[in-house]
Amino acid sequence: MDEFLQSLIRGLGTGSIYSLLALGFVIIYKSTQVISFAQPAFMLAGAVLVSYLAPEVSFFGAVLVAAVVIAVLALGVERTVLRPMVGKPVFVVAIITIGVDVVVRVVTNAFIGLDVRQVGDPWGLTTVSFLGAEVQQRYLVMIGTTAVVTVALFAFFRYSRIGLAMRAVAYDQEVALAQGISVGSVFALSWALAGGLAALAGVFVATGAGVDQQLWIVALKALPAIILGGLESLGGAVVGGLAVGIVESLFGTYQGDFAPWLGPNFALVAPYALMLLVLLVRPYGLFGKREVERL
Amino acid sequence: MKGPKTIKGRPELYTSYAQDMAFLNTRPKRVSVSALVVLALLVPFLITDDLLQLLATGFVAAIGAIGLNIVTGYAGQVSLGHAFFLAIGAYTGAALSGPETGRVIGFGITSLPIWLLASGLVAAFFGVLVAPVAVRLRGLYLAIVTLGLVFLGEHVFREWTSLTGGPGVGRPAAIPELFGVRLDRDNALFTAAQQLYLVMFVLLVIFGVLARNLVRSRVGRAFAAVRDRDLAASVIGVDLTKYKVLAFAVSSFYAGVAGALLFVVNGFFDPGSFNLLLSVQYIAMVLIGGAGTISGAIMGALFITLLPRITRELPAVLPFISGDATGAITVFQVEAVLYGVLIIVFLIVEPRGLFGIWVRVRNYWRTWPFSY
Repeated sequence: MDEFLQSLIRGLGTGSIYSLLALGFVIIYKSTQVISFAQPAFMLAGAVLVSYLAPEVSFFGAVLVAAVVIAVLALGVERTVLRPMVGKPVFVVAIITIGVDVVVRVVTNAFIGLDVRQVGDPWGLTTVSFLGAEVQQRYLVMIGTTAVVTVALFAFFRYSRIGLAMRAVAYDQEVALAQGISVGSVFALSWALAGGLAALAGVFVATGAGVDQQLWIVALKALPAIILGGLESLGGAVVGGLAVGIVESLFGTYQGDFAPWLGPNFALVAPYALMLLVLLVRPYGLFGKREVERL
Repeated sequence: MKGPKTIKGRPELYTSYAQDMAFLNTRPKRVSVSALVVLALLVPFLITDDLLQLLATGFVAAIGAIGLNIVTGYAGQVSLGHAFFLAIGAYTGAALSGPETGRVIGFGITSLPIWLLASGLVAAFFGVLVAPVAVRLRGLYLAIVTLGLVFLGEHVFREWTSLTGGPGVGRPAAIPELFGVRLDRDNALFTAAQQLYLVMFVLLVIFGVLARNLVRSRVGRAFAAVRDRDLAASVIGVDLTKYKVLAFAVSSFYAGVAGALLFVVNGFFDPGSFNLLLSVQYIAMVLIGGAGTISGAIMGALFITLLPRITRELPAVLPFISGDATGAITVFQVEAVLYGVLIIVFLIVEPRGLFGIWVRVRNYWRTWPFSY
């Protein structure tokens, strides 16, 4: 039972990282109808920035600064690279974001070097007793932070004026434009939000083991999460992220006993298998919109 | 037999449908394509073996890129799973032709046509398996699902060590033997690189012609209809399921063939290298070359394959770039950044890719000196 609870908490912890990333993907998708493959690079850049800033301005200050800096970077990328592509086929734009990802990642890697950099977080690998099971502190912090961030985001979209504008743009860009909403700044803002969320997620991934050049692969786990939840659904992104985290963690703990024929490390690809299964039943994800078309 | 009417100086005046749909419909096309083929056949006797090997890799990549172009450029089904099909082809070929050892499986069928066909067919079979999922999904959902396929495939290839040799170790590539001649060994007439170059070139021509014929046929027009608007296509009587499955099957056949040949040309592949990066590389070839054109796919594949070689020459020109892995700016970083920047710039400035640039050049000279 302890083992189960431990893996559940671990799954929820990593799952909340995926949720943060998935929220970024979905925010960008809702406003611009594009999946941004640049998220992994922003995540990596955020973690690296914190690893440089933490000794100077304390860990929490560094996280805040990094989130803002990465948000500005993402905004800049949107303004210079993505804006000329408005109205072009979404797939072409998605490939451009891959190009952005490559460039940002190579530059960031130059700052990592070959060593593992520490982000200087106060939790490390220390554990606390939670409902009778020893769990790592950092997972609880991740779950808590993600919950707060998610609630804040939902409140922002629900109650603020800009949030309303963003929802309007997601609903219909032309109508929003006609109502005097600056669609361009909504695009920029959604990229900035996604960048900030990615930076935060990057810091969480780096707690414990540190930052190395392979860290970015983690961000790709958010892709099955958004597909599971449905591309248009913010709630779906959170649920999908947590589901992916839990599935991965439970497979990591139990698959060796129950299904050894799948090979070691199957846990790492289990989310993709889960995604395929869900899509066979629900082609638009769990909470996605079924497309209604007319000729 | 009286051919269709032609008028001198009016190359684009078509008086019959067959003329319009001809394989090489204008005289300049016939001349330039023949010239290119002759040039390509002369090249092996002019340049060094390592460049020949690079060009051979480019030709093989072109076969793969043509395959991806059929499903993505013509039929509009975005696939990030090309690396998966390449891997299936590579390992089918290697397992069929390799010798049985204690470590890896092998069947010892070394004849190139046989294992090449088998690699393509096995990959096509997996393509058909995936297609039903693709029929239900659209756009970016499909892209991410095919991406998931790459991750699952990578896992299988890492773990199934009796097929792939396992990560870090690998297994020998397929043995290319044609009419009793080992192509990967020097003989009295040609060196290994020359032979491989020529064989890969001939195969590229064969597969290029086949693809071009496919896309200018009824099937190709159905693909284009599905790409442009699948709902409209189904209304006018295009069987969506049939053509999507067909597109995936043909595309993965090409990928399988390319994978097996790529393994032969490179000699070594780590099971982990059939990853997302490889898929993205093929997408980049298609987009940089020009989506929905066969010649574009070939140009794009050659461009992407030759790019590392070109950047490797940079340290000689720009002294602040370091040629090895030390130094502030290394040539490897430049290469990676250049790759990303090129994708971005190409797609923003010329979305039709190299093919689009060629079209613009051609149109300029066609109306010269009255071009504006």
